[in-house]
Amino acid sequence: MIHLLGPAVLACVLAGIGVYGILARRNAVLVLIGAELLLNAANVLLVAASALPAGGLAGLEQSGLEQSQSYQDPLIPGQVMTIFVITVAAAEIGVGLAVVLLLFRARQTVELTEVRELGEASPNYRETP
Amino acid sequence: MSGLEVIFIALAVLSAASGLLAVTSPRVVHCALWLVVCLGALAGVYLVLGAEVVALVQLLVYVGAVVVLVIFALMLTRAPIERSDRLDGPPWQRLTASVAGIAVGGILAGTLIYALRGTTVEVRGDQGAARPIGEAVFSGWLLPFELLSVLLLASLVAAIAVSRSRNNDNQEDGQA
Repeated sequence: MIHLLGPAVLACVLAGIGVYGILARRNAVLVLIGAELLLNAANVLLVAASALPAGGLAGLEQSGLEQSQSYQDPLIPGQVMTIFVITVAAAEIGVGLAVVLLLFRARQTVELTEVRELGEASPNYRETP
Repeated sequence: MSGLEVIFIALAVLSAASGLLAVTSPRVVHCALWLVVCLGALAGVYLVLGAEVVALVQLLVYVGAVVVLVIFALMLTRAPIERSDRLDGPPWQRLTASVAGIAVGGILAGTLIYALRGTTVEVRGDQGAARPIGEAVFSGWLLPFELLSVLLLASLVAAIAVSRSRNNDNQEDGQA
């Protein structure tokens, strides 16, 4: 038996840390690290929810007899969704880091405070990086 | 308090602490390495919660691939290896960010604690094994799974297309 409050609190702490990382950091790569932590908070909640019987919290309140029945739930949705989220995160960080590299090649910096305008509005805009 | 809960709390504290260090450390490489510790501890958390396959995927994809990508990006953007105070924003920005972070965490915690209250669950190890997960993915979740593979291919092509250096265009300008 494990108490579900633990995973919930861990997810909240990770989400808070992720938001702090996204907002406080100046280096673009470190901002992406914050985004990863935020995605992992969602994963912890999904995995914790997959330990619930079919029907979720409502299913838990029913009698223990039905729990053994719901054991057969074929979709195990939480864990499959977690794997999907991990895949989406991998795709996201691939494209994100490619954009950061392009930014570095164009501006010679990845500091987000230096990149206040994009495209033609910037005085040092060039057609090709 | 059962043994599982003790292991869970240890891993959760390790994960949260290393996550906090990953977003506050003044050295970029340390940030990436604390991220390894955080994600590895999360893989342990998934194991405790009975999700073996998810833990393995977490180790392979996150600790294996994503962190290597991050370290490569840090190298390629010539991030300063030594201690740098330009990684964080100015103090007011950090203050605002911590207020926002605590607010997000607090609101989430309030909602979840209210919803879960005293819920305890039985961890079933066989539920997260490769067989049920594989059966689930290839029966009920087949369409999302195929869509994801298309998404991965698209992001692969996009990453190459975005980061491709257009040398033949600006060879005459030289490196600006």
